[in-house]
Amino acid sequence: MIYREAGQFKINYQSDSAILPIVQDRMFMIGLMVVSFLVIPVLGSDYFLAGILTPFLILSLAALGLNILTGYAGQLSLGSAAFMAVGAFATYNFMIRIPGIPLLLALVLGGLMAALVGILFGLPSLRIKGFYLAVATLAAQFFIEWALTKFGWFTNYSSSGVISAPEMQVFGIVIDSAAKKYLFTLAIVALLTLAAKNMVRSSLGRSWMAVRDMDVAAEVIGIPILKTKLLAFAISSFYCGIAGALWAFVLLGTVDPQAFDLHRSFQVLFMIIVGGVGSILGSYLGAAFIVLLPIVLNLIGQLFHGAISTQFLSNMEMMLFGGLIIFFLIVEPLGLARLWQIAKEKLRMWPFPH
Amino acid sequence: MNPHRKIGDVILKAENISLSFGGVKALTNISLDVREHEICAIIGPNGAGKSSMLNVINGVYHPQEGRVSYKGHVRDSMHAHEAARHGIARTFQNIALFKGMSVLDNIMTGRNLKMHTNFLQQALYWGATQREEIRHRRKVEEIIDFLQIENIRKTPVGRLPYGLQKRVELGRALAAEPTLLLLDEPMAGMNVEEKQDMCRFILDVNDEFGTTIVLIEHDMGVVMDISDRVIVLDYGKKIGDGSPEEVRANPDVIAAYLGTSH
Amino acid sequence: MQFFIEVMVGGLLAGVMYSLVALGFVLIYKASGVFNFAQGALVLFAALTFVSIEKMGVPFWIALAITLGIMVLMGVAIERIVLRRLVNQPPISLFMATIGLSFFIEGLAQTVWGTEVHGLELGITDEPFDVMGVFISKFDLFAATLSGVLVAGLALFFQKTKLGRALRAVADDHQAALSVGIPLKHIWAIVWAVAGFVALVAGMLWGSRLGVQFALTLVVLKALPVLILGGFTSVPGAIVGGLIVGAGEKLAEVYLGPFIGGGIENWFPYMLALVFLLVRPEGLFGERHIERV
Ligand SMILES: Nc1ncnc2c1ncn2[C@@H]1O[C@H](COP(=O)(O)OP(=O)(O)OP(=O)(O)O)[C@@H](O)[C@H]1O
Ligand SMILES: [Mg+2]
Repeated sequence: MIYREAGQFKINYQSDSAILPIVQDRMFMIGLMVVSFLVIPVLGSDYFLAGILTPFLILSLAALGLNILTGYAGQLSLGSAAFMAVGAFATYNFMIRIPGIPLLLALVLGGLMAALVGILFGLPSLRIKGFYLAVATLAAQFFIEWALTKFGWFTNYSSSGVISAPEMQVFGIVIDSAAKKYLFTLAIVALLTLAAKNMVRSSLGRSWMAVRDMDVAAEVIGIPILKTKLLAFAISSFYCGIAGALWAFVLLGTVDPQAFDLHRSFQVLFMIIVGGVGSILGSYLGAAFIVLLPIVLNLIGQLFHGAISTQFLSNMEMMLFGGLIIFFLIVEPLGLARLWQIAKEKLRMWPFPH
Repeated sequence: MNPHRKIGDVILKAENISLSFGGVKALTNISLDVREHEICAIIGPNGAGKSSMLNVINGVYHPQEGRVSYKGHVRDSMHAHEAARHGIARTFQNIALFKGMSVLDNIMTGRNLKMHTNFLQQALYWGATQREEIRHRRKVEEIIDFLQIENIRKTPVGRLPYGLQKRVELGRALAAEPTLLLLDEPMAGMNVEEKQDMCRFILDVNDEFGTTIVLIEHDMGVVMDISDRVIVLDYGKKIGDGSPEEVRANPDVIAAYLGTSH
Repeated sequence: MQFFIEVMVGGLLAGVMYSLVALGFVLIYKASGVFNFAQGALVLFAALTFVSIEKMGVPFWIALAITLGIMVLMGVAIERIVLRRLVNQPPISLFMATIGLSFFIEGLAQTVWGTEVHGLELGITDEPFDVMGVFISKFDLFAATLSGVLVAGLALFFQKTKLGRALRAVADDHQAALSVGIPLKHIWAIVWAVAGFVALVAGMLWGSRLGVQFALTLVVLKALPVLILGGFTSVPGAIVGGLIVGAGEKLAEVYLGPFIGGGIENWFPYMLALVFLLVRPEGLFGERHIERV
């Protein structure tokens, strides 16, 4: 019986359009949440929590943000890291300039700032499309990097341009241990994922996909193209902005423009290509893959007891990433999420393959 | 013809429309009227400007000269989404479905204009958004029943055969509950049976909801059968306009159109 | 005034070198509809390969010939292994594939040839010389002339020769290309080979200017605004776009930079291109295109 849909009748439209219509999937999700929130923080080692899970979650959030824009609304962006940077710096500035501001509020304001900048750089999408727009998003990447390094105000005139993040406190609890940081990140990411899922399954999500698939037809139906695209830019940038702030505050403990360079933008893009363009699950799978791959490579390197130079490993990593991107685009353009879906469909048939 | 259906006043009026692309004159000084509840066919050889005319009517193309008025809204240039707001819906010559979405979602997009929750409500989903989704889902299911596509509701449209895709596209247009429906070659590439189904849908829509229909079609048999009026275009000019019988007897039309294609 | 002219001329000369990089994109885009982000990686690879072979004691011209051979092989291999398998994918997927490709090639180049910075000497000393009171860098002039000749040559090749016209035709009309009697696959291979050659020349010019190192791949980022300005399909567009970006960037750096803090050449061309596009979305030479439905 393990994984079977038969016998589960959908009695109304409400249950038909539920996020997880199949009982087993719902059980799995509940189990996953219980383990993530209750078991892992207790049992996980600091390295596992701070070195693997937390960056994985934050990058998943960034990938989710990019997936909203690129995967759902069809606007390719090469500047996601820039919006992460805006989120990080804005949150920092809200915190030091408004004494006593709650962390969560600063975080939301930081995200909103990123959304605002996202809208600004999304404006050209009204007139230009495709490659031209992709190239235009590079303008955001370079301009924002430049502005954050150039104007001392953003870094509160710190001489190095790198600033350490202020202490974090939520409802009187100081977030200092690896487990607390992990839980804080997990809560935010889970909440935002639910919100994203809800948006993509309602009319906004359909408008995004309509614009992506055939913009003339979308307009003929009455979908306001510019508003739809700008909302995609805004919401995507909001997600990236929160991810950037988390990356700076929770993970690094410093706010540094270097952490959000073009390379980071490509990294996030690779996550959605490998994981699955236009899939929320794919954002997670892709992030997991891209976070784990270097770790695995390093382990392999250690097997050779330093016989392999780190330089060689990092070059190998580049080749491997590049090769994998090509591989996925050729073999499974819908990424790991699609493979997962196929596996599930097989499982549904099992043990009677038909 | 349905005896109960009565043709009303002119609701769509195009006056002296001229449209060109670079050097190519797609439409030259075309005027036409469409009356409420009417089924009006536009015919003409390839490249005559039929699709261009539909595109002008719902604001996809902007003519260099002339103006269009629909239900008293006069404009010489309007955006497609405004036309949609005034109740004009359409299908395309080359199917323009949203390939990555299911049949259900495609038709649901047709109701977009009638959905009013904002993105924050949608992010929360429970409450207003859910109620709205369910309400519109009900309406969409009616259309799905009407078009007899219940069994493919969850299928991604890209996987459907051509004929069914055309049907889904009609469904998407119907979901907007339009007052004017523009159909660009709804039966092209269909076999006889599929054509009959499509004819029936068109007549039923016209009959049950009183929807005014302007359609482009190459199949003369179909055109003569279902339309109240036929407009003939040739090289971007209007060369005939009248009942099917009148048009069939029009010497210009015979020379320019029927003569060349048969 | 004289200073203005000097800055402007310097910018224009650098602009010709941007045109050269942009040309590599245009070639491939015209023939196969692929926006090849890996062009920058090819530039790096070509320059690294050439320098490394020359360092082994191989004479200049022979090293050049060997590198050219390798670049052609590489172009053909890319076409065979990657792009041919993606033929029916949407253009944006192809674009992303070339981003992957650029990572792969950059990794490969550094695995094979190492990561240190190499100098590249073309035998032209970079001394300024005087044209009617305006000082112009000799190297810039040489590089610009060479690029100019190459660009003009390729433009002529596209306009005047049968093969060139076939190459131009393939992107929009495969049938027309076939009627010239050249199989599509060969055409694409030829185009990739030519793009490899362009990358080699660009790599040598930029390499001797900046040193042969990883940063060379960034040159491609300078060429992208050129493409938005000039359009992906236009050879004259690449030339004029390059000139505008080159001159605009230098002038902005000199006259605008002091007011807003300098270092603006990374983003200024992008902003320039963007503002331009907002006014004229079809680009410099593109025709206004109305989507057919
Ligand atoms: N977007 C466009 N850009 C350039 N030319 C166009 C465009 N749309 C239509 N044309 C031209 O306008 C003329 C009329 O085209 P249109 O599509 O309206 O003809 P049609 O009557 O629908 O023909 P068919 O029966 O083949 O569908 C043709 O010459 C066509 O090439
Ligand atoms: Mg047509």
